[in-house]
Amino acid sequence: MAYRKTVASFVAAAALLGTSSASYAATDIAWWHAMGGRLGEVVVDISNGYNASQDACKITPVFKGTYEETLTAGIAAFRAGEQPNILQVFDAGAATIIGAKGAVIPAQDILENAGANFSIEDYIDGVRYFYADSDGKMIGMPFNSSTPILYYNVDALKKAGVEAPKTWEEFAEIAPKLKEAGYVPLAQSHLPWIFTENFKSRHNLQFATNNNGYDGSKDTKLVFGEPIKNHFTAVKGWLDDGLFGYYGTGWGDNQTPFNEGKVAMWLGSSGSFGGIAKTVEFPFSATYLPYWDAVEGAGTGTFIGGAALFAMSGKPDEENKCVASFYEYLTSPEVQYMWHKETGYVPITNAAYELAKSDGYYDSTPAAEIGIKQLTLPGGDWTKGYRMGFYVQIRDVMNREYGKIMSGDTSVEDAFKTIEADGNKLLERFSKTTGN
Amino acid sequence: MKKVQFQSPWLPYMLLMPQLAIVTIFFLWPAAEAVQSSFYLEDPFGFGSTFVGLDNFSDTLTSTDYGRVARFTGVFTFFVTFLSLGIALLLAVKADKVLRGASSYKTLLMWVYAVAPPVAGLIGVLLFDQHVGPIVDLFALFGWRMQIGVDYFDTSFAMIVTAVWKQIPVNFIFFLSGLQGISKSVQEAASIDCRSGIRRFWTVTFPLLAPTGFFLLIINITYAFFDTFGIIDVIVKNEPGNNPVTLVYKVYLDGFRGNDLGGSSAQSVLLMAMVFVLTVIQFRLIERRVHYT
Repeated sequence: MAYRKTVASFVAAAALLGTSSASYAATDIAWWHAMGGRLGEVVVDISNGYNASQDACKITPVFKGTYEETLTAGIAAFRAGEQPNILQVFDAGAATIIGAKGAVIPAQDILENAGANFSIEDYIDGVRYFYADSDGKMIGMPFNSSTPILYYNVDALKKAGVEAPKTWEEFAEIAPKLKEAGYVPLAQSHLPWIFTENFKSRHNLQFATNNNGYDGSKDTKLVFGEPIKNHFTAVKGWLDDGLFGYYGTGWGDNQTPFNEGKVAMWLGSSGSFGGIAKTVEFPFSATYLPYWDAVEGAGTGTFIGGAALFAMSGKPDEENKCVASFYEYLTSPEVQYMWHKETGYVPITNAAYELAKSDGYYDSTPAAEIGIKQLTLPGGDWTKGYRMGFYVQIRDVMNREYGKIMSGDTSVEDAFKTIEADGNKLLERFSKTTGN
Repeated sequence: MKKVQFQSPWLPYMLLMPQLAIVTIFFLWPAAEAVQSSFYLEDPFGFGSTFVGLDNFSDTLTSTDYGRVARFTGVFTFFVTFLSLGIALLLAVKADKVLRGASSYKTLLMWVYAVAPPVAGLIGVLLFDQHVGPIVDLFALFGWRMQIGVDYFDTSFAMIVTAVWKQIPVNFIFFLSGLQGISKSVQEAASIDCRSGIRRFWTVTFPLLAPTGFFLLIINITYAFFDTFGIIDVIVKNEPGNNPVTLVYKVYLDGFRGNDLGGSSAQSVLLMAMVFVLTVIQFRLIERRVHYT
């Protein structure tokens, strides 16, 4: 009996020792993210995979709500000195966090300080410089990266006897046939992202002064020329002729009619791929975002949307080392390929893309490759992205004015005048927030 | 009347302390912070800020959008207050006269009170959804193709209906208890003098309900200004776009969604001033006409 007791106490003590030594050895790091639903589950899978892959660090992902809520929570925590090690910030918030000099440690620095190999050339073209500074140093680690592409209902196009359009000129030709076949030919889910930011990139047009805003926030101004105004005039005409459907600013409100088979083609995110595949009952496929052939130099690649991971400053070195080692794990081809397959977001490194190709993923599902192929199309001077502050409000202004165009409350010309005036005012105000 | 006095002069202040502390920490201090940051443009992370004087106020007041939001807030507040008070009063007067099954009627009219504003907004979104909403289908029969989130007027309509629906029960409960507080003898005397029920209502019952009505007026204006936030947030789905929003919602949009601390603070200072003026008007002009028995 006594012997048994001794053994039991030894076992208990050993177990206790085991747990305590493990918890002392592992450095805890926190990751605040905005990935809800299925995406959140994959985030947890990635974290668990990382924790299982090594003993030194333990990452804990915390869901913080929408993109805007996550950024606001991160800011409040930073001011209270309680910031997480990694904060996920979306494209429109990038200027806010990068503009606050000293809030983040650049991804490139944190990796190089930890002795990791870093080369920006390893990342695919459309991803590389979006979260970089004007010198091309990577500040945020791109995480969930997507780009707008055209999804189409294969049955609908067959019924109308048409092919998916490559250009907007082609769309204008086939749209009446789709309407005759009983469909609303086209809808889209995000006018500022798809018909403004990526419109600029797809046509290689300047979006803002100061190198699209990358060279500093002072005196940055929006640039709107004839092509984008002509585009909105055409879109409004299609809407009036029943060739285009506009269902408001909500993403889902515009995607639902496509999922239900009422709308034949829908412009959405390459990251929507997984969701559509699970929802729709008709065969679907995808192709590139159309462009206007009439615009000279058009047909260039798009850049990414989505969000990036930012390493917050003010943390001890050993925690920063853990962040670096997590970044290395995250960007490894296997993890990127898993993320790509599970969610539809593009793999961010060339190696991961090669792995997906060699694995034969795109032979079975060619539509999954459209996003990344579009991002690797030849670029130009204006295809690496944009950097503008108070951009959330600027997008709100665009949505408001575009909504007015669609409902006929204002003309295209007046709407763009208002967007320029209100947007430039916001940019001017933002440049004062950084104190210079 | 005998006057009761505290023994120590400090005791009353001690007893007031918890209340004063709460007011100071949760109202005065944040209000002072808001006034201070309304003069600055500040990087949200706290690394830099520029003193801009009254620029935040002038930027706010000169923007076309702010005028539109303020106008909508006025219209919205008027309709929500007027309709929710009017309908609740009508229902209360009718329910007061019901003899059989009175409590079931009253319970049916009151339960909505327990619904939280965001949930009310969610119910509104489902009913008015542009793809599956039953109310949209109903109006389509009469030739009105509602598009919530696209058409400014339709979205306003849905917001007002949802906000009114949510507020009727509160007003109903107060009006009903107000009606039950009017003594039978007054009503009987009135019915001897005057045969017209409608006239009796306006000359006798309504003035006697005035204290309740005045209280509810203030409560309802505050509700329409501030508490409808959840309803609006759910109906616009966190994307303002070309949708109507109220002043409070705009403070949230610019401050919390857009991280424009200075601009948002200036707006909340303006809002505080507006509510202050409104309160003074209410007490100066309207309360004088109310007779407390």
